[in-house]
Amino acid sequence: MLPEALHHHPHPALAHHFDDIGQQSEASTLGMWVFLVTEVLFFGGLFLCYLVYRSRYPTAFARASHELDVVLGTINTAVLITSSLTMALAVHAAQLGQRRLLVVLLLATMALGATFLGIKSVEYYRKFEECPAVLVALHLPGGEEGAGHACHVPGPGFSFEPAEHARHAQIFFSLYFTMTGIHALHMIIGLGIMTWMLVWARRGVITAEYFSPIEISGLYWHFVDIVWIFLFPLLYLIGRHV
Amino acid sequence: MATTVAHPARHYLNDGYGIASWLLTRDHKRIALLYLAGVTFFFFIGGAMAVMIRLELATPVGDLVTDETYNKLFTMHGVMMVFFFLIPAIPAVLGNFLVPIMIGAKDLAFPKLNLFSWYIYMCGGLFTLYALVAGGVDTGWTFYTPFSTVSSTTNVIPTALGIFITGFSSILTGLNFIVTIHRMRAPGMTWFRMPLFLWSTYATSLINVLGTPVIAITVLLVAAERLFHFGFFDPRVGGDPVLFQHLFWFYSHPAVYIMVLPAMGVVSELVAAGCRKPVFGYGFVAFASLGIAVLGFLVWGHHMFVAGESVYSALIFSILSFLVAIPSAVKVFNWTATMYKGAVSWETPMLYAYGFIGLFTIGGLTGLFLAAIAVDVHVTDTYFIVAHFHYIMVGGTIMGYLGGLHYWWPKISGRLYNEGLAKLSAGIIFVGFNLTFFPQFVVGYLGMPRRYHAYPPEFQVLNVLSSAGASILGVGYLIPMVYLMWSLRYGRIAGSNPWGAVGLEWTTSSPPPTENFAETPTVTWDPYEYPAVDVEGHVA
Repeated sequence: MLPEALHHHPHPALAHHFDDIGQQSEASTLGMWVFLVTEVLFFGGLFLCYLVYRSRYPTAFARASHELDVVLGTINTAVLITSSLTMALAVHAAQLGQRRLLVVLLLATMALGATFLGIKSVEYYRKFEECPAVLVALHLPGGEEGAGHACHVPGPGFSFEPAEHARHAQIFFSLYFTMTGIHALHMIIGLGIMTWMLVWARRGVITAEYFSPIEISGLYWHFVDIVWIFLFPLLYLIGRHV
Repeated sequence: MATTVAHPARHYLNDGYGIASWLLTRDHKRIALLYLAGVTFFFFIGGAMAVMIRLELATPVGDLVTDETYNKLFTMHGVMMVFFFLIPAIPAVLGNFLVPIMIGAKDLAFPKLNLFSWYIYMCGGLFTLYALVAGGVDTGWTFYTPFSTVSSTTNVIPTALGIFITGFSSILTGLNFIVTIHRMRAPGMTWFRMPLFLWSTYATSLINVLGTPVIAITVLLVAAERLFHFGFFDPRVGGDPVLFQHLFWFYSHPAVYIMVLPAMGVVSELVAAGCRKPVFGYGFVAFASLGIAVLGFLVWGHHMFVAGESVYSALIFSILSFLVAIPSAVKVFNWTATMYKGAVSWETPMLYAYGFIGLFTIGGLTGLFLAAIAVDVHVTDTYFIVAHFHYIMVGGTIMGYLGGLHYWWPKISGRLYNEGLAKLSAGIIFVGFNLTFFPQFVVGYLGMPRRYHAYPPEFQVLNVLSSAGASILGVGYLIPMVYLMWSLRYGRIAGSNPWGAVGLEWTTSSPPPTENFAETPTVTWDPYEYPAVDVEGHVA
């Protein structure tokens, strides 16, 4: 329960249907946890597809994972873990009511998230530029110059060496683009939430008594990180020694 | 009951007038009415498709519509009814209205999210309507691959996106209910003092939150497969079409319980109020709801007995499917035991409760036929299946929905409807329903497959009976539209508790004030604490 004094001066962020700010914070925290459960199931469908096809076509998947840039993937993993650190520190700063530190840490988290997306788009672009059909479809330069050595973007133009694995490798790359694409979409939504939190932090809505918006945004951010912690080994690492 | 009572001076319906006061409202009761308008609209669109289907099937030859049009009709009938009527109907209309009031709260935990859910729902519905207007979709509501991903040339993607969008409305509504029930209960409202409607709403919300994201990713993959030729479900690159069926039924079987569990909750309320008795075995009924929710997630494989499933997994799924009968039967027996020596009423809500119990029993028992692998192989994709799930969805869910709508209508509107007309239409619906769907059990068992617009002439008699029943059923659904609308203006003032029922919703005025209660109630009593009566019905 909250100190008696707070009841006499309700917090400005208290919604009319809650008794006190503590109940409101508990409700929003529980709401975010429930939402994350739905997210687990959402990604769960994709992980199930991955599991089924990885176990059916282990060789093709191992070969295909060689075609991903493990250096960029590793750097991105480090970037994302660091962003989780700055996010956790941001929650701590919010709890202590350190507004300026909170703003700095939110900005750092956003910068690291944007770096991740930047590196990810470099990886995507390198795959796209090997596929003339994709470049033409996306109106990117270079599409008229003809084929590169292999096109790993699933679809009619897909090609893979050795050819015996080409069909199953296409499923690998379909999974790669779908899983990392949906993960990237979650990152973009996360950046939107962080922008929103930044505005609230600067306006002073976030105080030592009312920090649950930062806390639940942090929960979301960590969740998106954890998804990547699973995606990275599944897509880049398993079977690299083959 | 007292007829001299007047409306309270201030209630949620006169707290602001004009379109904006409705479209921007955060009051769960007004949002419930927005949903009421939405689900009714989509119900009649889905119903129009059913009319066309039954008209076509009145004759053995395909003479009213072409086979392609017929495919689109049953697809849109299924999509509209399942995703835009049956799944949201009871939770989003009655649940929205009642969950906060029944626990003594001022509103749901997230009122803005609640309004947003309604907009998402309407947006998904309009998306799907666009697919209909743009030429329809012919995959069936099940979207089986590879037909939906490779072969079909119809509007699969808009329909899939419509379902995807609407799924978020289910998820967010479920989330809102879970958090509200956990965090917003009034002082003294312990879990075991909650009305059983809340237990089943809670169980339903769990399924919504756990199942809906899986159908979301599944339809997204179907759309991606069509757009980018990924190959997840395409055998040409090693993809597995049956994987789609697993993903689809992992949601869509539990979705059956999303539809019927809330109706069971409604029936528990109706039976208690209609018999003036506590529900027999409250704890068993409450946990049966959770049991159905949990078991419901473990039985999806029984939709795939003929889809190349291994004998061993089919065996497991068969046993688990039989197990669902246990919590379902617990409920049916407990409702019946509640009626035993109760002051049983014959008012309209109770008529629907009787209808529900009888029809759900038939639907549930025929479900056991389908859990048995050998019988299922014989009747898969026949009208037996169609009859079975309509007994659950129409005989169960719609009976529960209409019963609940009648029971709480005085609370929602503050007025009473015409009891005679209401009883008449409840009778018409019951007769029409059975005439429509019972012959389908027979014709299905005789071997008539579903989803064909033409059939051998020897099945005509049963099909004509079914079409005749459907027209009676249609009339039965139209009459409540008329007298409920009529009652809004001309009905007698209901007073706060026209049924003499217990429960927090009957302690506040009808219609309730925007904050639901003048003062937050403190609960000191158990649910359904009806006074004991002697054999003549006098309070002892």
